[in-house]
Formats: sequence, structure tokens, C-alpha cells
Amino acid sequence: MTSPLNSAEFRQDFAIIAGWMTFGGKVLDLGCGDGSLLQFLRQSLEVRGYGVEKDDANCLAAMGNGVNVIQMDLEAGLSGFEARSFDVVILSQTLQAMRNTEGIVQEMLRVGREAIVTFPNFGYWRHRMQLIAGQMPVSEELPYQWYDTPNVHLCTIKDFDEFCVNHHIQVLERRVITNGEAVHRLPNLLGSLAMYRIRRD
Amino acid sequence: MSESTSIGIVAPKIAHFSEPLALKSGEILPQYDLVYETYGTLNADRSNAVMICHALSGHHHVAGKHSEEDKYPGWWDNLIGPGRPLDTNKFFVIGLNNLGGCHGSSGPATLNPATGKPWGAAFPVVTVEDWVNSQARLADYLGISQLAAVIGGSLGGMQALQWTLAYPERVRHALVIASAPNLTAQNMAFNEVARQAIITDPEFYGGDYYAQGVVPRRGLRIARMLGHITYLSDDAMGAKFGRKLRDGNIKYGFDVEFEMESYLRYQGDKFAGEFDANTYLRMTRALDYFDPALPYGGDLSAALAGVKAKFLVVSFTSDWRFSPARSREIVKALLDNELSVSYAEVTAAHGHDAFLMPDPHYHAILRTYLGTVLSAADDASRSAADTGVAS
Repeated sequence: MTSPLNSAEFRQDFAIIAGWMTFGGKVLDLGCGDGSLLQFLRQSLEVRGYGVEKDDANCLAAMGNGVNVIQMDLEAGLSGFEARSFDVVILSQTLQAMRNTEGIVQEMLRVGREAIVTFPNFGYWRHRMQLIAGQMPVSEELPYQWYDTPNVHLCTIKDFDEFCVNHHIQVLERRVITNGEAVHRLPNLLGSLAMYRIRRD
Repeated sequence: MSESTSIGIVAPKIAHFSEPLALKSGEILPQYDLVYETYGTLNADRSNAVMICHALSGHHHVAGKHSEEDKYPGWWDNLIGPGRPLDTNKFFVIGLNNLGGCHGSSGPATLNPATGKPWGAAFPVVTVEDWVNSQARLADYLGISQLAAVIGGSLGGMQALQWTLAYPERVRHALVIASAPNLTAQNMAFNEVARQAIITDPEFYGGDYYAQGVVPRRGLRIARMLGHITYLSDDAMGAKFGRKLRDGNIKYGFDVEFEMESYLRYQGDKFAGEFDANTYLRMTRALDYFDPALPYGGDLSAALAGVKAKFLVVSFTSDWRFSPARSREIVKALLDNELSVSYAEVTAAHGHDAFLMPDPHYHAILRTYLGTVLSAADDASRSAADTGVAS
């Protein structure tokens, strides 16, 4: 369920993920969409990988992109995957649309030695402004109306940091970007996309 | 997308094999014939061959018609032809009738060269492994050392999987559709009821009914009726027949009253008139016996350790005889071995029969996957596999 970000930010997003990968590593991309991230990682780092995707059209697109895609619903967990069978498990901008949010993060950390989670930061100032103005935020990162959004578990960077502490998850690295640019100051206010590299404590 | 058409008029051919075939049962088939058809053209480096493995009641006539007068084309005509998902402009497609069949390959109804009489009960019980060995010989006969793909649904999917186990260097892609790594007890139970219907028919004569000039029609008919129930979903039967009465009235008797009964009887009668009961027994046994994980204590991942092929696994949501969960077992074993696999779980109402139907998404999946089979990346894997053979 990748949101339609502009292409500059999209590549930045990919580039950061690629920077957290090892050459030839084994990757599982959950909610892989049309497989473009895996395709990018395969071309740039020769990673071996599989995508997991629920949607018919996305599965077809991923297959057309030459990506190995497994059609299944992430809400059912990752029982088809052995513990520690991947170097990295990625959940790119899908966390907020999961019902079983805690479950999927635990499953990622079971199956992968490391996990990468990215999500739109609900604490981004533009979102806060819209709430202050009295409406649910609608933005490039959150392009849905309240009544048709697939996003059921939106969170802020501060929320996710706390989640990691409470769930004994070690944050190895955190990057925050807005319009493709790195954000260092006041990330929870100025960052639109949060990216975490995590593992079990 | 180019225009899709039928392959047109096709003709079966027969390949005779005089080298004995050692069967899994320990018996030896001294010589045998395989009837087959081909569609499309084998390319110069013989790298575009695709074998179609048939299911319980299938055969070599997969696509096209034998004459303009034929009412129906081959059993998977919607898949195969110029511009179709398995595009005969690109691929050389081979369909065959398996050993023990009743459509021209050596089987119980053909003459045993040793006696000059029909084999009957004496025809050996053949297995998926035996079929794949005979299919490999057919590939040899056609001058094909490596298949671009093996495709099969249901029992055919088991053969596609077996190809990758028995001949890892000889197959680049396996398309395993609506299949399973073995049958569940419930699935085997349906086969047992079907066989009992045939074997207890007074005209079965222990399998040697040919000499009596009869066929165990009643048994075969019931076997097929039972099969048809399991190939459809409850919803599909409901949608097709519901509780509709044939002529609107309940008659308080036991003749055909509901539309569903009329359908089952029609299908049963049609099948009993054209299929051989001994073949039916053997096909169901081949299904029962297939269990590649058995020598590995049930560990399918261990069984697949030597596999090299890339896989597409497809299941259908309403298929309860070969349920998606069984396909996911195959996928898991492939993932455990870090093999290349894609898996599609197609939303379809038709139950097991869905694999033969031209559902647009299902066909798009097959078209897209097969589109990658002769790509540049596939060429690379081909040379890798060739190197493997040479070294």
C-alpha cells in the first residue's frame, strides 16, 4: 500500500533502504506493491528477495517486473516463513494500514535478523495544522479522506519510539525525510516520512 | 496484446519406446507407446519447449481441433494458441497421454504385445514418478534436453513438481496449479469410493472386462458423478443449479427431478461412454501414492533440496479438493530452499475446476509469468543450468 509520493522522495526512500542493506543479502518486502523497491535493490545490490502482497493487480505488476511475489494477507502473520530466514524484512509505508500492528512487527523480527519499517509521520506539522483547523489531515503522504482511508493505525515518530522501548525493540538507525531531504532538527514536527532500522533487543 | 486465436487443426502422433521402463512398483514395462501432440515450433537451440501434464481425465489433445467438425477443442485450448497466455508463436508446446491412459498411449485397454490381448488387469499400476520418467524419454525422442517449462494442474501439477525433483537440470520453470504435495486422507477417501464403485460393478470382471464385451459403466458413472461434486464449490453448484427442478414439479419418486441430478447423470453417462475404468483406477492410485516428502520423514523442504527450477504456484480460493493451504505448503518448501517462486491465490468461485477456466486474472498471471520465461534473465539461468549439466 505504497502511497503515491513524488519520485524524488521515492528514490530517497529507496536509497536509504539500500544503504541499510548488504550486497547480495536476502530480503523480504512486505506489502511490496508493484515490486519496484525489490527491483531497485536487486539492480543496485543484487539482493535476493521475495515480495509479499495481497492485492491482485499489484501481484501481477510485481510478477511483470520480474519480482518473486507471494500472494497472502499480512494480517495472517508470516507462518510460511522460518525464523531468521531473511537478512532484512521490510515494511514500507504499510504499518499504518495494518490491523495487527504489534503482531506484524514481532513477526518481522522473528523472520528477519533485522527489520526496516517506514511510515508517514502523523506528527508532521502540516498534519497538525490541519487538525488544529478542525479537519483530518490529507496530504501527499496521507492522500485519503477519513471515510476511505486504509490507514487504521497512524502514529507519530514519538509514538513509534515509545512502541520500540515498550516492546524491547532496538532502534539501530532512524532517518526522517521531508520532500526527499533529510530532517535532523525537530523530526517529529518537521519530518513527513520516518524510517527505522530495528532488531530485537 | 496480440489477437488470440486457437491453434487450429492439429493431429496426434505416436512415439514408440522399445527400451524397457522400470516402474516404481518394481514391475518393468518392456515397451510402450505414448501418443502426443505438439503446437508451435521448436526453436533452433531447442530452448522453448513446454510440456503440459494432464490431470485425472486429461490426455494429449490439449489445444486445437482434430477436424473442423469437432464440437469442442482440446481441454486447455483457452490457454494455448497464437497470442494466448501460453503463446504458440513463442513456445513449442507438447501434450501427451500418460501411461495407463485410455487415449492412445499404452494402457489397460491397449494390446499387450506379449499376449496379443488387451492388458486389462495386468497393466501395471503406474505412478507420477513413472509418468515423469516416460515424459523425459518423450523429451529425448523430440531432441529436447531441457524444457523451458512444465505446466500442470491438479494431478498434472504433481507431475510438474516431480519433474523438478527427478530432472533438476532438465526443467527451468514449473507451473504448479491447483495442486498439492500429496493427498489428504479426505482426498484419498473420495478416490477410494470412486474405485469401489468401479470394482464392485458386476461387469468389472476383475479388470478383464474387455474379453467379456462389456464395460463397468455403472461404476465408472458413479465415480465420475462423485468426482464432479468435489471439483465444484458449494457456491458454484448453488449458482449453477440451486434447488431448481427440471420441470417445475416434485414427483415423489427417484428419477431425475432436480437440475443438479440431471447434470451429474449427464456428466456420468458421457464419461462412462468414453473413459476406461481401469485407467480411472490407475489415475486415482497415482494421485494417492504421490508423496515426495515421504522418504524424508514428511519434510517437504528436505525433499526439495536438490530442486533448481523456478516456480509459479497457483491456487483458487474456492478449491476445497486441492485447497490453497496445500499449495502454500509447496511454496513454503520452495522458500525454505531459497528457490525462485511466485504464488498467486486466485479468487474464484468454481472450485477445483477453476484451473481450466479462462478467468481473466488467472490468465493474466499465467501470461505475465510465461512472459518472463524466455526473457534475458531466463537466458542467463539457462546458460547457468547448461554449465551445470556440462560440469
